Parts: sequence; structure tokens; C-alpha cells
Amino acid sequence: MMSYVQSLGRSGMQILRDYGRAGLLLYRAIVHVPNVRKGFPLVVQQIYAEGVLSLLIIIVSSLFIGMVVALQGYHTLAKFGASQELGPLVALSVARELGPVVTALLFAGRAGSALTAEIGLMKATEQLSSMEMMAVDPIYRVISPRLWGGFISLPMLTLIFNAMAIYGAYLVGVKWLGIDAGSFWSNMQSSVDFHGDILNGIYKSIVFGIVVTWISVYQGYDAVPTSAGIANATTRSVVYSSLAVLGLDFVLTAMMIGGW
Amino acid sequence: MISQRTIESFVGLFLFGALLALIVLAFKVSGLTTIFKSDGYYVTAAFDDIGQLKVRSAVKIGGVTVGEVSNIKLDPTTFKAVVHMNIKSHVNDIPADSTASILTAGLLGDNYIAISPMYSNEFLKNNSEIQETHSAMILEKLIGQLLFKINNSSKTTAENEGVKS
Repeated sequence: MMSYVQSLGRSGMQILRDYGRAGLLLYRAIVHVPNVRKGFPLVVQQIYAEGVLSLLIIIVSSLFIGMVVALQGYHTLAKFGASQELGPLVALSVARELGPVVTALLFAGRAGSALTAEIGLMKATEQLSSMEMMAVDPIYRVISPRLWGGFISLPMLTLIFNAMAIYGAYLVGVKWLGIDAGSFWSNMQSSVDFHGDILNGIYKSIVFGIVVTWISVYQGYDAVPTSAGIANATTRSVVYSSLAVLGLDFVLTAMMIGGW
Repeated sequence: MISQRTIESFVGLFLFGALLALIVLAFKVSGLTTIFKSDGYYVTAAFDDIGQLKVRSAVKIGGVTVGEVSNIKLDPTTFKAVVHMNIKSHVNDIPADSTASILTAGLLGDNYIAISPMYSNEFLKNNSEIQETHSAMILEKLIGQLLFKINNSSKTTAENEGVKS
């Protein structure tokens, strides 16, 4: 009996220790920006690796998501004779929910797992220790640029996702199903609010960017330095990021609808 | 290994694309303002009641969209709604004495402006005004009139029957 209680306590302390280490890592990587002139090219390289190289999957999936939401929405709305309202339906669901959440999930799968594997392998092959031997802090050289790259990339990707998804809905709704283009855009503009809908979606994506990148980087930095350890860390980073995104999405939505 | 220069230009393009997407979302989707003016000419018409007509509602002739509503204002002296329409430039031969009426697409659909062409040899130009207008049909008003008529007719028939008996 006591041994169960003890193991519960041990795992609780372990979890707290993990959170503490993750928090310290984030603090050290973000608060001390050592040298902007040297750090900036590294951040640019990471934006390229995490943002630009994710563009293809983001654009293709956003087009298809916009198209399928428009197709589904049109047939449901047509039953109520409200197919004119397709524009608001797509724009609101994409800008508020689908855009930030799907982009963050894709980003966790495409860029987050790569971050974890890369940092984990650096640790396993002792590249991080050899940097320390050369008096280069791996937090500044490796961790910090990756974090900042993710923070910047995900909101940008979300913006592109939103615009492309609405363009996909326009292709299906107006070009294929024959809704009047004027009413598509005018109904959209009259019901979508820039601050209430689009900016709130961007705030969400900023939070998701921080969370997903942080989890991925920490999982890599904390990985057991073996091949099995890296595999575990990569799996955990995708699973934890996805769960954190979906859970935080509910909390953030509740906060935004409840007016903070 | 790609050079830093290439990477930087790709990142620049990426950020530029994101900025473009933000601009599209702001102006095209949420309608923050209308900066992108389409070519065409502007025609005004004053209505007593525009119903649910909105900016960017369609302007149609014979069911074909020829333009859109660009602005709606209240005339402070006559208390009429002055609707500015942007008509596509290739539709430049609408007779000047045409009438504009506000109709509804379907029972619950959007309002739009229908222009019925007349026979004048003069055409609508930029900033010209359509004189003859018909207001929107307001469903509540119609129902009110209908109820009023039903009541009246039942009263009169009752009176007639009373006279007969």
C-alpha cells in the first residue's frame, strides 16, 4: 500500500522537476538575448527551416480544408435556404478555430518533431557537450534560435493558412457551386470582425507557437541520449504538443468568448 | 548547403506572404475598409426604405449582376437613404430614366438592387442619379397590411350579412 503511495509521490515529483527544467530552459533561452548581430542570422535560418519549409503542407492542406468546409457547409445551408451565408460560415470557422488549431497541429508534426529529433541527436552525439567545451553556450547557439524561429513562424503560417482556406472556399462556393461573389464577400465582411475574430485567432496562434516550440525543444533537450530515447522523445513531443494545443484551444476560446 | 543569402531571401518572401495574407484577411474578409476600388462608374439613387440592403450588395439588370452597392448614407434633409452604386464600366448604356427597386432573392435571401431599363436615349453617367425608385418590401409591413385588410373585409362581410338578415 505504502509503496503505491510512494510511487505516486515519486512520479509527482518527477513531473514537477520536468516542468521546472522546461521552465528554466525557456527562461534562459528567452530572457538572455546575448548578441543580436550574431543571433539574428541563426533565427533567420530557423525561420527558414520551420516556416518556409512548412509552407507546402500548410498551403495544400488549407486549400483542401477551405474547399471541403465550403462544400459541406453549402449542402447543409442549402437545406435551410441560407446558402448565401456560406462566406461567413467558412470565414468564421477558419479564422477562429480551424486556422490556428490545424496549423499548430501540422506544425507540431512537420517542424516540432524535426526540432526534437535534431536536438536529441545533437545531445546523443555529444555535439552539445562539445559546444560547451568550446565555451559556446548551446542554449544560445542551438535552443534560443529554434524557439524564436518557432514563435515567429507559426503565427505567419496561420495567417497564410487563413487566407488560403478562404480562397479555397471561394473557389468551391463561387466558382463551382455558383454563389454570387458579391454576396459571398459582403456577407463575410458584415459578419467577420477584425478584432473579435481575426486578431483573436492570431493571439491563439501566438500562444500555440510558444507552446508547441517549447515542448518540442524541451523534449529534444531532455531526451535520453540513445536511439530509443530519441524515438520516444519525438513521439512524446508530437503527442504532448497536439494535446496541449487542443486543450489550450478550449481554454482560450472560453476566455475569448467570456470576454476574459 | 544553401547560402545564408538564399535563406534570407526565402524568409523575406515568407514574411512578405504572411503580411499579404494579413492584409487580405483585414480588408477582404473582415472588411476593415474598402481600399481596393474597382473600375466603373458611380450612380446614386434615393430610397425611402432600403430594408436589409448592405454595402457590396449586388446591382442587377434582368438578373445579371452589373455592379455593387458602394456606399449607403442618410440624406439629412429628406431622410431618404442615398445609395451609391458602382456599375461596371462595360455596362455603359443604361437609359437615364431607368427605375431602381430593391428586391429580395428568395423569401429570406439577400436584398439587391434591380434596375429596370426604360427607353430614354440618354445614358446614366458617373454621378448621375436614378430618379424613379421603389423601396424594399418589408415583410412585417406587408403582414400588417394583410391583417388589416382581412380584418376590414371580415367586418364588412359581417355588416353585409347583418343587413341581409
